[in-house]
Amino acid sequence: MIKTDALIIGAGPTGLFTAHQLKLIGLNCEVVDNLDKIGGQCIELYPDKPIYDIPAVPECTGEELTNNLINQLKPFDIKFHLNERVEEVKKENDNWLVKTNNGKSFSTPNVIIAGGVGSFEPRKFSPKECEKFENKSLFYSVKDKKIFKGKTVSIFGGGDSALDWAVELSKECSVNLIHRRDEFRGAQATIDKVHQLAKDGKINLFTQYQMAFVKGDKNLQSIDIKHDNNEIKNLKTDYVLGFFGLIMQLGPIANWGLNIDKKTIEVDTEKFETNQKGIYAVGDICNYPGKLKLILSGFHEGALAARACFKLARPNEKYRFEFTTSSKTIKERLGVKGD
Amino acid sequence: MAKITYITHDNQKHEVEVQNGLTVMEGAVQNDIPGIDADCGGGMACATCHVYVKEDWFNKIPKKEDGEEDMLDMAFEPKTNSRLSCQIVVSDEIDGLEVNIPSKQA
Repeated sequence: MIKTDALIIGAGPTGLFTAHQLKLIGLNCEVVDNLDKIGGQCIELYPDKPIYDIPAVPECTGEELTNNLINQLKPFDIKFHLNERVEEVKKENDNWLVKTNNGKSFSTPNVIIAGGVGSFEPRKFSPKECEKFENKSLFYSVKDKKIFKGKTVSIFGGGDSALDWAVELSKECSVNLIHRRDEFRGAQATIDKVHQLAKDGKINLFTQYQMAFVKGDKNLQSIDIKHDNNEIKNLKTDYVLGFFGLIMQLGPIANWGLNIDKKTIEVDTEKFETNQKGIYAVGDICNYPGKLKLILSGFHEGALAARACFKLARPNEKYRFEFTTSSKTIKERLGVKGD
Repeated sequence: MAKITYITHDNQKHEVEVQNGLTVMEGAVQNDIPGIDADCGGGMACATCHVYVKEDWFNKIPKKEDGEEDMLDMAFEPKTNSRLSCQIVVSDEIDGLEVNIPSKQA
């Protein structure tokens, strides 16, 4: 059980800046994120796309913004719990007891949800039958490539993950690569490699095809793929891999007793507190009259939620507003020399 | 203004007038039409505002720009007449447009 003044759910830009604000006013905090890396949507959806409306930053990419925010946190010791999805939040005495899918638990007076549009989950195949084989012979990521050795693997997708695994697995497996159109969107060198391997008969390439059906009882036996012209092909296969990127799902947040409307959480605009005392929502996931889904709004919301956390984390102390330019205490926290 | 007809998966027709300059996605969201999630808010980053455009209209409306086809790879059950509704801008020229909303977005 980890005790902390505040737990932040979500390591996107809003979560990161909220952590900064908490540390600045002398509270400790921990950050949980379902992704394997820091940055949230900025890293997962648009690492290379330029953003033009961050105050005082004329232009930066999602990745640059994330790196700058991480740098800004350098003076502080903040523990990140990545690859952890918060499953449960419940009241225990005066604190919130928070549990993740991997069994970590936290006790804290303050939970700040900075969860964007929820947690990122892999996009799945549309035929329902696919669920039956999920994590047995049908996967959306590769954990141990050794299991594929000498087997037939059918890979779906047209991006870097699909192409990279097609190239890699073609060394020791029989690989089918299936994509909905002729063009691929990965790195050009990898695309060239895939076409070369297809020419050499190392990869069986099926374009303009999509998954139609999976067959098998206990074990997967074959799949039907369907061409744009409705022609169906049956492929014998031992394993199926699908790489369609990630989608955001609200997930367990829906079960924590919060007021939720259209996938967003209602908050007040003084503390960004939800209908539950000590649970706040900031960034894209919160909703109030006039809400703008801008990164800069998330920063503002996080700064105010952090001040609200102080009251519950330090009930016997009085919060004093201070500027970073002049406060000795804040400079000490930042590890910078005073004047 | 243009009249846009959104047909949901259960074959319900929703006819709404959408202002010029808005996108077909915004027209759906502002009128509470079910089945268009638009998680990323129009940034062409999520493929959850995916629609099918009736063939005759598909060839009439402005073509896909770079990136939309890549994003459609991620969409749920894409077809040859798939579009991201956040990339279709409403104008008088598309008055009468009909789009079908897939059974789900993910």
